[in-house]
Amino acid sequence: MIQTKQLVKTFKSGEVLTPVLKGIDFRASAGEWVAIMGRSGAGKSTFLYQMSLLDDPTSGEITIDGHNTRTMSAKEKMLFRLSKFGFVFQDYALLPELTALENVALPLLMQGLPKGEAYTKAIAALERAGLGHRISNLPSQLSGGEQQRVSIVRAVAHNPRILFADEPTANLDNESSKRIMEIFSELHKKTGQTIIMVTHEEQYAKLAERIIHFDDGKIVSEQKN
Amino acid sequence: MFSALNIRIGFFLALRALRRASLWTTSLIVFVMILTFLNLVVVSGILVGLIQGSIDQVRTKYTSDVIVSTLNDKKYIENSAGIIELIETMPEVESVTPRYREGGTLEANYKTRKDTDKPNTAPGQLVGVDPLAENAVTGIAADIIEGSFLSTGDYDKVVLGHYLLKQYVPIETPAFSTLDHVGIGTKIRLHVGDVTREVTVKGILKSKVDEIALRTFMVDTQFRSMIGRTDGNVSEIAIKLKSGTDPAAVRDALKRSGVDKVAKVQTFEDAQPKFLQDIVATFNMLGNVFSSLGLIVASITIFIVIFINAITRRKYIGILKGIGIHGRVIEISYVFQSIFYALIGSVVGLALVYGFLVPFFAAHPIDFPFSDGILVAPPDQTFFRVGLLVFATLIAGYIPAWMIIRKNTLDSILGRN
Repeated sequence: MIQTKQLVKTFKSGEVLTPVLKGIDFRASAGEWVAIMGRSGAGKSTFLYQMSLLDDPTSGEITIDGHNTRTMSAKEKMLFRLSKFGFVFQDYALLPELTALENVALPLLMQGLPKGEAYTKAIAALERAGLGHRISNLPSQLSGGEQQRVSIVRAVAHNPRILFADEPTANLDNESSKRIMEIFSELHKKTGQTIIMVTHEEQYAKLAERIIHFDDGKIVSEQKN
Repeated sequence: MFSALNIRIGFFLALRALRRASLWTTSLIVFVMILTFLNLVVVSGILVGLIQGSIDQVRTKYTSDVIVSTLNDKKYIENSAGIIELIETMPEVESVTPRYREGGTLEANYKTRKDTDKPNTAPGQLVGVDPLAENAVTGIAADIIEGSFLSTGDYDKVVLGHYLLKQYVPIETPAFSTLDHVGIGTKIRLHVGDVTREVTVKGILKSKVDEIALRTFMVDTQFRSMIGRTDGNVSEIAIKLKSGTDPAAVRDALKRSGVDKVAKVQTFEDAQPKFLQDIVATFNMLGNVFSSLGLIVASITIFIVIFINAITRRKYIGILKGIGIHGRVIEISYVFQSIFYALIGSVVGLALVYGFLVPFFAAHPIDFPFSDGILVAPPDQTFFRVGLLVFATLIAGYIPAWMIIRKNTLDSILGRN
């Protein structure tokens, strides 16, 4: 489903070159849940951004569902992100002036769904996540856990091929984190959702089928659960 | 790029951004827009209104809607009686005032001065009118500031324009002399050709039309005998038309009747001096210059507001792009927000201009020395300026949004420069 070959990402600041990814070969199959772990600065988030087409690698190839992303235009990447990917960020990344319902409905509307249909779908998804009573609340009126749940609902409401999650529990307390990971597990079990998740927390990484460890821009180990 | 979907989502985002924006910020931006709109419309409106007030004064106090006057090489209008009769039969005509007019001199101190003293004289136009007819056309009686206007039976009485009196025009130049120590009841002499007549000042009128302020009015029957005009031919006929009548139509009808063979037939616009039309054009141009400056200030204001807004929301713009919202949608949302500010500012400005300022200045004109200044705001020009304001703010809103949106998506999300 998603494959990288010799993926390299080097940051340049003036004359200084900082290699962050040093030739990553990686493959994830449809329906797989992969956790990426590693210490800070190991390159795991950078790797996630390259795979999710939020950033362009310095060299190497990314193939998603048989599409080589190197030849894609910015607009094609944008459409790919809209229709095939879902994103969950560490800091929720909800739009502050949109209600929970509007945040979830926005990508659906952008996909061309009529407002009524998008809202119906968004309400159903929020209710499934136990947020039916919060649909009219702005993000500032929700707790951190609730915001992250809205963020997950937004990410999966359009049934993406891959859900990318960048440290989804980093800003949450234990209880909220547990609830978020339950949602991920449910999604994976019930719908076969492909999930690629960066995390620092071993206990949640163990929920995934496979854990890959990053260090100094390379995959140093791989472990199947 | 500007697909219906992009516009729809752009509007969706703009509406929510506005609805949930800080009330103070929105109010401040709208306030700037209102001031800009007023600057666009009112500054040039007052400048043009200053001259328009003068034009209106000439129309209401002197020429009325249509004026028939002597040909350049004639002292009077031949067959005046027939022409007046023709005019009075026209259904569009409300009232008519024929005027006799001769150039003459007024003399004030002839009783008290010694032989060596300089006579206190002032040149002026002496005009004979039917007081009732003149008042019906120009409402002249309302302009009397001392004494009263003429009555039909007045004998040897005159009403003086205030420019003839030193107390109202304290400046005296060799080319412009005035009468000193003359008030109501003072006896003065009129000299017309070889004829001299002693008359009493019955009233003093104040007018912002120089032509009127320099005139001396007398009852027509007496004036006619004084200048020896036995044929009843007058020098000018001012015609007031019924409301809604086109003066040009009446002028053309009179010309078709052959009146133009013995007299000049002009609408109030035709009779305007060319310099007035030139000043209107000049003030319009000046108003446009001031308005353009206002427009630039408004554009910069909107640019800064949208730029700061987009900079502070850069992370969210990055997230929007990250989750697949097209950059064009985000640009459109900012354009909609700018248009909203401009439209709200314009709507409030329009309400202020047409609901308050125009009626207020019509009821309380600005007292300029030579005119009663009003606010001129023709709807077609005003709406053109609304369009201009909306267009300028649209561009001013689009550019900063475009600048921020073209930045790298991930850099925006992570707040990297």
